[in-house]
Amino acid sequence: MNVPVWNPAVEFMEREALERLQLVQLRKTVEQALKTPFYRRRLGEAGLTRPEDITSLRDLRSIPYTTKDDLRAAYPHGLLAVDLEQAIRLHTSSGTTGTPTVIYHTRRDIDHWTELVARCITATGASARDVFQNMTNYGLFTGGLGLHYGAERVGMLVIPASSGNTSRQIQLMKNFQTTVVHATPSYLLHLHASLASEGVDLEQLALRKAFIGAEPHSEQTRRKIEELFGIAAYNSYGLSEMNGPGVAFECVHQTGLHLWEDAYLLEVVDPRTLRPCAEEETGEIVLTTLQRQATPLLRYRTRDLSCWMGGHCPCGRGHRRLARIKGRSDDMLIINGVNVFPSQIEDVLMKTPEVGTNYLIQIEKRGSLDRLTVKTEIYAKLFTGDARTLEDLRERLGEALRSAILVKPVVELHEPGSLPVSEGKAKRVVDLRPAF
Amino acid sequence: MAEQVNIFIDNKPGRLNAVTAILRDHDIDIRAMTIADHRDYGVAKLLVNDPHAAQRALAEHGFAAALQSVLAVAIADRPGGLHALLEILAQHAMNVQDAYGFVAVPGQRAIWCMEVAEPAAAASLIAAAGLEVLDDSELYRP
Repeated sequence: MNVPVWNPAVEFMEREALERLQLVQLRKTVEQALKTPFYRRRLGEAGLTRPEDITSLRDLRSIPYTTKDDLRAAYPHGLLAVDLEQAIRLHTSSGTTGTPTVIYHTRRDIDHWTELVARCITATGASARDVFQNMTNYGLFTGGLGLHYGAERVGMLVIPASSGNTSRQIQLMKNFQTTVVHATPSYLLHLHASLASEGVDLEQLALRKAFIGAEPHSEQTRRKIEELFGIAAYNSYGLSEMNGPGVAFECVHQTGLHLWEDAYLLEVVDPRTLRPCAEEETGEIVLTTLQRQATPLLRYRTRDLSCWMGGHCPCGRGHRRLARIKGRSDDMLIINGVNVFPSQIEDVLMKTPEVGTNYLIQIEKRGSLDRLTVKTEIYAKLFTGDARTLEDLRERLGEALRSAILVKPVVELHEPGSLPVSEGKAKRVVDLRPAF
Repeated sequence: MAEQVNIFIDNKPGRLNAVTAILRDHDIDIRAMTIADHRDYGVAKLLVNDPHAAQRALAEHGFAAALQSVLAVAIADRPGGLHALLEILAQHAMNVQDAYGFVAVPGQRAIWCMEVAEPAAAASLIAAAGLEVLDDSELYRP
């Protein structure tokens, strides 16, 4: 079979061998989990005290779920399964409000994550001959470093451009004849719209492929990006709790995302009843790490909605495919690729005495990017009539929100009593973006 | 010293109208007003015949409304009238933060209302220079 492959032995492993490997790794993961205070208690309560208690993959169902709240409660060390000395990196969730979450990595964890990303990159047909411009944020966000390491391992020439600064991105693409980029779909649309004003023609660029991820998008959006740039765009899925990018990726056939089943055990469940979903039935993605040493996670509820695709991919890989992400089973918003919970915004507003308790969060498309507007009410008793005080308040709120959610919002001030009241089930989030 | 009513008003159709309806219903006469636009909202400053009653009525209807002392000075309604006043402030390095004016008797008397950092000090300088600083009773009655 003539498709580009990074690790043929694993990627074309027979189903039976793959499941044997999964069982071995699941036991190892339980063994590793039992070294953490969190899982010792949680698994103990479920009567699971030894890795040998797991005798088949079906026993996975006897393991309790892990949620984001569990990760928050275990912050910062409750889920650490190795000595800190062995950990060489951590990634922590964004935000200065609320409790963050943290994932630690040993050298082997980073090495393995890098291997997964190298597989993803290679599966799209990209190779050492490519010039790769990584347009996602470096730092605590896993998208930047995750793709960076994988691309270096493949041997691509990596331009660690990070996110933003469109004018510089375009210059880099032109000067170094970038062939592959990694970005959010909305950023690529924005970038395309900026080409003309930068005086750069598509002909002056050498772009062939884009890896797009970090925000849910439709097949139409993908096709639009492909047509505008005249390239192929590949869907990428990952989440920081599962390392980051590299969990599932499209191959050259672009028919769903191969999930690396030697590294992750995937279940799809009904988010309300937790009943397992059938193939092609949409539910919540639940993932178990199979290779991670420092922060093993068992049956982690991702809150992302999708389904297993049936059938086989023409590429011949045995690793089954996930359909594109269809949404969330919680209230998390994804704004220009950044995850934002409405509660983070509420926290900031409630700490600001000059604004009332009613608020409204509005998200809309402005050009190809998302725009977040936070509407608040001024507190009547603190109003003096001085507009400078109000404008200071607007600026202060904008800065506090930006630092909490890493997205700069437009802050609006409104009359007391003009927004939905805080009691009951007031609709606080208005998402005006077209459905994907 | 005179007082003006400051009101926070959403910048959308019908809100300013809601303010004038309340004032009409409470029999309040507007002598002068100004609105500063701040995109999603505006701040209106009103000189009315009964500022306390106006503030109370607006607050009862849920508006953020506040009273603010304002320096009101009678000037001549002719070329150079305002300049004579501003000259006094400039000589003493006093800054005018916000202001509006209206004609009381055409061709004779205009009234200039302003916010300054030190209203009491400004008032005595203006009075010393022979200009008339108006108190509220004089200002509110037509």
